[in-house]
Amino acid sequence: MDYHFNFRYIWKHFDRLLDGLVLSLELAFISILIGIVIGLALALVHTDFGWKARSFVAVYVEGIRNVPLLLLVYLVFYGLPQAGGMEYSAQTSFIITLSLYSGAYLVEVFRSGFDAVPTGLIDAGKAIGLTPWQRLIYIRIPTMFRIVLPSLSNAFISLFKDTSIASVIAVPELTYGAQWINFNTFRIIEVYVVITPMYLVTGYAILIGLRQIENRYLKRS
Amino acid sequence: MEVAFNALPFLMEGLWVTVKVTAIVVAISLVVGVVMGVVLTYGSAWVRWPIRLYTDFIRGIPVLVLIFFAYYGLPAIGLNLDNFTAAVTALTAFKIAHVIETTRGAIQSIHQGQTEAGKAIGLPFWDRMIYIIFPQAVRRFLPPWINTVADAAKGSALVSLIGVVDLMLAMQKVIGRTFEPMPIYLLGAVIYFLINYSLSLSSRRLEKQFSYSLEK
Amino acid sequence: MSDPLVKISGLTKAFGDVEVLKGIDLEINTGQVVSLIGPSGSGKTTLLRCINYLVEYDDGSVLIDGQEIAHKDTGNGTRQPRSERELSAIRAQVGMVFQLFYLYPHLSAIENVTLGLTKVRKLPKAQAQSMAEAWLERVGLSDKMNNMPSELSGGQQQRVGIARAVAMEPKVLLLDEITSALDPELVGEVLAVVQSLAKEGMTMIVVTHEMTFARDVGNRVVFMDEGRVVADGLPSEVLDNPENERLRTFLSRLNPHLALEK
Repeated sequence: MDYHFNFRYIWKHFDRLLDGLVLSLELAFISILIGIVIGLALALVHTDFGWKARSFVAVYVEGIRNVPLLLLVYLVFYGLPQAGGMEYSAQTSFIITLSLYSGAYLVEVFRSGFDAVPTGLIDAGKAIGLTPWQRLIYIRIPTMFRIVLPSLSNAFISLFKDTSIASVIAVPELTYGAQWINFNTFRIIEVYVVITPMYLVTGYAILIGLRQIENRYLKRS
Repeated sequence: MEVAFNALPFLMEGLWVTVKVTAIVVAISLVVGVVMGVVLTYGSAWVRWPIRLYTDFIRGIPVLVLIFFAYYGLPAIGLNLDNFTAAVTALTAFKIAHVIETTRGAIQSIHQGQTEAGKAIGLPFWDRMIYIIFPQAVRRFLPPWINTVADAAKGSALVSLIGVVDLMLAMQKVIGRTFEPMPIYLLGAVIYFLINYSLSLSSRRLEKQFSYSLEK
Repeated sequence: MSDPLVKISGLTKAFGDVEVLKGIDLEINTGQVVSLIGPSGSGKTTLLRCINYLVEYDDGSVLIDGQEIAHKDTGNGTRQPRSERELSAIRAQVGMVFQLFYLYPHLSAIENVTLGLTKVRKLPKAQAQSMAEAWLERVGLSDKMNNMPSELSGGQQQRVGIARAVAMEPKVLLLDEITSALDPELVGEVLAVVQSLAKEGMTMIVVTHEMTFARDVGNRVVFMDEGRVVADGLPSEVLDNPENERLRTFLSRLNPHLALEK
C-alpha cells in the first residue's frame, strides 16, 4: 500500500493537539479533586452511618458504575438542562459528569481503604484520648490515603483517558483536536501517529511521577 | 414517559446490536486473551515482550481513539472495515489486553508447588495446565473476568460514535425525532443498568462462593 | 552387581552468585534408603530436586536407571535437551513427596492419587480407582478417600501425598522434609508409613532433620555441608563415630550430650 506520510498539516495545527492535551489533563485533574471530595464524604457516610445512608450511597455508586460513561455525558449535557431549565457550557457539563463518575469509583476505593486501617491504630488513638473527630483527621484519613494511593494514581490515569469522551460534546480536548484535523486535512494516519504517543507518553509520565510521589510519601513514616 | 414507551421496540433493536457486539468481543477476547496470557506467564522472553508491549500500548490509549483509528485510520492504509467490524475489532483488541492480565494474575496466584507436584508425577505442560492449574485458576479468573464482560457491555456504547446503531445510537435517533432527551436517556440508563448490575452481582456471588471452598 | 539406580556425577548448581552444589558424586542402588542430612543451606534439598529436574542443574549429570534426565545423546556425541514429554516420562519414574504436601486443592484425596494414574500411566479408570483405593488404605485413609484436602489434617494430607507418589510405582522415591510442616503429634503416623515402605524395599532418598528417623529408616546416611558430600556410610558409622569436624559440630548442636560423650 502506498501511503505518503505528510506531517506538514499536523505541525501546522499542532497547537490544537497541544492545547487539547493540556485541557484533557485539566479536566481529569479537576474531576478527580471533586471526585475525591465526593468519594471521601460518601465513604465516611457509608462506614459511619446507618442503613438508610448506606442505601443512598449504594444507589449512587451502582447507578453510576453500571451505566456507560457516554450515556452519562449525554444525559448531563443534553438531558438535564432541558429538564431542569439550567444552562452550562459543554466543558462544565463534562466536569460535572466526570466528577460524579470518579466519585462513584472512589467511594469504593476509600471504603475498602478505611476497612484496611488496622483497628490497633484506632485503639491506640482512643487510648491517648483522641475524640472520634480527631481520630478521623489524624489517624483514619491519613492511614487510609497511604493504603489507597496506588489505586488513586490508577484512577487518575484512567480518568485522563476517559476525557477523550468529552470530544463527543465538542469539548476541544486531545481526541477532539485529532478529529478536527482528520476531517479538515484528511491526514488521518499521521494524526494517530502523533496523538497515540501523546496519550502514551503523558500517561506513563503521570504514572512515573505519581509512583515517585507515592514512594516519597510512603517512605516518610 | 409515553415517548419512551413508543420508542421501546426501536430501542430493543439497538439493544440486540449492543448484545451482539458485546458477545463477539467477549468470545474472541476470551480465547485469544487466555492463550496469550498463558504465553505471557510461561513463554520465553522473546514471546513475552511483544505481548507486554501490546498490553501496555493498548491500555495506554483511550478506547475511543482505538475505535476512531479502526474506522477512520485503517482505510488510509488500505484496510476498509465497515463500521460494525471496525468497532468490534477495536473493542476486541482492547479487551484482549485485559483478559491477558486477568489470566496472568489468576495463574500466578496458584502456588508454585502445584506445578512442581504436577511435574513430579510426570504430567507434561498442557496436562498440568488442564488438570491442575486451570481448574484452580478459574476461581481467581472468573470474578474479574465477569467485570470485564460488564465493562465490554458498557464500553460498547462507544460504537455509536462511528454509526453502529446500537442501543446508544438508537436512543440518539429517537431523541433526534422527538426532542425529548430525558425520558429516553433514563430508559436507556435503566436497560444498561439491568444488564451490568446483574453481571456484577453474579461476579460478586461467584467470588464469595469460591473464596470459602478453597484451602483453609 | 548391576548399575546403580541413581548415578549422580560432578553435579553443580548455582543460584546467581551462590554456589549451592559444588560437585556432587553419589550412587544409589536399588533397595537403598538414603537419609540425606546436613545444616540448612547445605544444598540437600537442591540436590533432591535435581534428581527429578525440578531444579535445572548447571553441570554434571543425573542418571536414573541409566537414563540421563536432562539431555539425551543424539549419537554423534552432542547432547540435546529433552523435550517436555520425554522429561515427563522420566519424572514419572521418580516419585516425590513435598514438605508442604502440595495436594491439588480442587481434587478429592482419591482424585489426587488417580490423576497421575489415568493421565500419565494411562490406566483405565476402574483400575486406577482400585489402585488408588488400595494405596489410600495402605496409608490408613480408607475412610477419607472422598474428602477434599482442606478437610484433612496435615498428617492425613501428607499421607495422601505419599500415596499419590507411590501409586505411580516409581523406581525411586524422594522425600523432602516431609514432616517438618507437621505438628509434633502428627509426625509419627507419617513416619510409620515411610518405615513400612522401606521394609518392602522401596528405594528412597530422604531429606530430614530428624536424626532418629534418619537412623531408623535409612540403611545409609549421607551428610552434606556447603554443597559437598562430607560423609557417607552406614548410619552407625556416620552418626555414632563422626570423623569429620563439621559433622561433629552439626550433630552436637542437634544432640548436646553426644558432644559431652566425645
